[in-house]
Amino acid sequence: MTDIQRFSYDVVVIGAGGSGLRAAIEARQRGKKTAIISKSLFGKAHTVMAEGGAAAAMGNVNPRDNWQVHFRDTMRGGKLINNWRMAELHAKEAPDRIWELEAWGALFDRTKDGKISQRNFGGHEYPRLAHVGDRTGLELIRTLQQRVVALQQEDAASQGDPEAMIKVFAETTITELVKDADGRIAGAFGYFRDTGKFVFFEAPAVVLATGGIGKTFKVTSNSWEYTGDGLALALLAGANLLNMEFVQFHPTGMVWPISVRGLLVTESVRGDGGVLRNSEGKRFMFNYVPDVFRAQYAETEEEGDRWYTDPEHNRRPPELLPRDEVARSINSEIKAGRGSPHGGVFLDVSTRLPAEEILRKLPSMHHQFLELAGVDITKEPMEVGPTCHYMMGGVEVEPDSAATAVPGLFAAGEVAGGFHGSNRLGGNSLSDLLVFGRRAGLGAADYLDGLPARPQVPAADLEAAAAEATAPLERAGGENPYAVHADLQQTMNDLVGLIRKESEMTTALKELEKYRQRVSQVSAEGGPGYNPGWHLALDLRNMMLVAECVGMAALERQESRGGHTRDDYPVMSPEWRKVNLICSMSGDHVALWRQPVKPMRPDLMAVFDRSELAKYLTEEELPAEAAAAAPGTATKTATQEEKH
Amino acid sequence: MGDQANLRVWRGDAGAGKLTDYQVEVNEGEVVLDVLHRLQATQTGDLAIRWNCKAGKCGSCSMEINGRPRLACMTRMSTFEPAEVLTITPLRTFPVIRDLVTDVSFNYTKAREIPSFSPDPSIKPGEFRMQQVDVNRSQEFRKCIECYLCQNVCHVIRDHPENERPFAGPRFLMRVTELEMHPADEADRREIAQDDFGLGYCNITKCCTEVCPEHIKITDNALIPMKERVVGRKYDPLVWLGSKIGRRPAPKDTPEVPNTV
Repeated sequence: MTDIQRFSYDVVVIGAGGSGLRAAIEARQRGKKTAIISKSLFGKAHTVMAEGGAAAAMGNVNPRDNWQVHFRDTMRGGKLINNWRMAELHAKEAPDRIWELEAWGALFDRTKDGKISQRNFGGHEYPRLAHVGDRTGLELIRTLQQRVVALQQEDAASQGDPEAMIKVFAETTITELVKDADGRIAGAFGYFRDTGKFVFFEAPAVVLATGGIGKTFKVTSNSWEYTGDGLALALLAGANLLNMEFVQFHPTGMVWPISVRGLLVTESVRGDGGVLRNSEGKRFMFNYVPDVFRAQYAETEEEGDRWYTDPEHNRRPPELLPRDEVARSINSEIKAGRGSPHGGVFLDVSTRLPAEEILRKLPSMHHQFLELAGVDITKEPMEVGPTCHYMMGGVEVEPDSAATAVPGLFAAGEVAGGFHGSNRLGGNSLSDLLVFGRRAGLGAADYLDGLPARPQVPAADLEAAAAEATAPLERAGGENPYAVHADLQQTMNDLVGLIRKESEMTTALKELEKYRQRVSQVSAEGGPGYNPGWHLALDLRNMMLVAECVGMAALERQESRGGHTRDDYPVMSPEWRKVNLICSMSGDHVALWRQPVKPMRPDLMAVFDRSELAKYLTEEELPAEAAAAAPGTATKTATQEEKH
Repeated sequence: MGDQANLRVWRGDAGAGKLTDYQVEVNEGEVVLDVLHRLQATQTGDLAIRWNCKAGKCGSCSMEINGRPRLACMTRMSTFEPAEVLTITPLRTFPVIRDLVTDVSFNYTKAREIPSFSPDPSIKPGEFRMQQVDVNRSQEFRKCIECYLCQNVCHVIRDHPENERPFAGPRFLMRVTELEMHPADEADRREIAQDDFGLGYCNITKCCTEVCPEHIKITDNALIPMKERVVGRKYDPLVWLGSKIGRRPAPKDTPEVPNTV
């Protein structure tokens, strides 16, 4: 028998970023005994890297903003393949989630009348992002962290133990979800990173809040934790992954020095007036406004510049197109030989704003470029290029409860799929975490309330999980996990990156077959105590599974939409808009199949002009010419599945 | 192919350890963390390093480089002479777990002792109104990334573990100040700042400010003003007079949170 320490909780939340903490807070507030599992220290999760802000239609800066406009912007940004119910819930609930943070001590930047200030961002019609300079993610995670502490203080006072109802297990990794004989979640198995000792959390409800997959790619803005753990855990437990081909490449990552290639340069630089130029000094974005957006964007530099001070009478500059458009445009300029010396383009704020204003609005960017690249952004332009930033796809969930197909398993935040469609708008991630983190906590609490008895844990499963986790330490002479990881990242970057084509992805999938073999044979030197080589060896399984899903879905979708750009199918197709691609396990391999997109509710459809809908939908899907809403089509459910 | 860096890295665990010499390739523009990662990937796969964002935003990769507390991800190799030997050791104030990773749980315990944000309960979410000028100062303190370099360098606990109980350290005294200066907070932490969190131990040598990677003026903007507030509370003649003649009750001090120590 392996030595496995056991704990018993009502809800186990895997991940301690924004969505995980918000889910845990909700579960605890509903009286559930909650564990938070964090791969890193408490308060270090990837959420701290979010810069620009949290989008919520509070209408503090422009009173014309409301949830319908936010909903419409989100759907437009995602090219209308978003889960519209999630987009609706998000747009309606985001303001309350932001205000709640303020009641927990968050200090956002203010408007003149003392309300929360809101800033412009790509794809958002009105200034909508609540922010704190360019360190909004830090404020969000610190506030949630301090809210957890406040709840622990309540429990300390009432029960004599601060960890009676909510406890953080820092530097702990989950490697397996365990189910009972009926297929319901029974707990989560993992190890403490500092000692390498195994641990089992017996719990009927598990919330996945593990974030994304950036570390599968070489050039990424993501931190080391982003190894697709939650996606792999969900897949292996029997849940479905949705639209894994939609990977966001943020248009502006650092390109120099090499060691920080991919590090995020916030979109706020453009939101606050920064412009993109090529090596000829030209603001090239004016050449790249696609037809679907032409009506909403300025045609001349003069109009674009006027918009910053007079948004009522001018259209926004094309630097503020959604991220997928800007990333592709930058890529085209570089390919055409009009790039910057280190293979990016120029992002300039120095000629656009006075130095004091840059220092006030973009302090982290100033700091980052000065310290890491020796560039003073108040005096010279930055060099930027696309970087793997965000996974729009993810675990398929019920919009209202965040429940997955596995009873007792919930998912929220970046690990969940659907809300952002094929492309996420900046600022929608932080509010996503709050809205759906809370809903996952509620969903888990409701599930527990309806559960007649706690699921029984099969002991053999724990032994098997322990054996699998120990294997790389015991295996001698296998490959170095760091080398396998570096190769995998290079493969994904080269073959399934920003611009994709069939031949390359077919090669990638063949390569991934080989990685499967390589990953199963890695050896980790050293012992179990705080051993990063061993940790990486275990994370590799997750990255490889996720890479496979991305590759398969990307090969299947023969169109270009949002974060998925096909060189061989450059056009967005209304027929493909009706298709969600689902990955699930079939035996020990990933299977891919198609699932119809649920038709949008007529009242939500009515938020759009018919002429705009016509750019995305097939003729049959469009509402009748004169009528405001077309009844009858919305009740058809998406059950038809085509196995591949 | 870049140059070779000479590293002397502390290897070991809570029991024992020693400095080990390594030669590692270094390329233009790299930071210390890059070089440690290369060492890990190519020579010693089990080298324990704690890191996360590699962008100076999370405060995980705190260590001592040539005796100076720093973030490895923000320390450029070009700041050292090419032939210089870099001695890299774990934070000295906290117990070692393995190699360059230390047990920083002390900080999480201290965080839990400080009474949380306490707004007027009648103000509903969405109704808070605060002016930018009134939130600027607390915002400066909220830039803190909790790297604990200030906690590590502060001599009150660096060489005196016996002070760990009565002294919360610069990071958490700054947290007390942040809440005290929060325009919507109603608690009064002045008395416990002195009595329970050891503000009086600070003799403003400003080491904390000097190592702060966020350039927060911890001493000037947080600790000294907080000392002034504590003195103001203790020696307020009106409060003293009011309590003597029984006309005005002394203001209520917020107690330390029970059962968190």
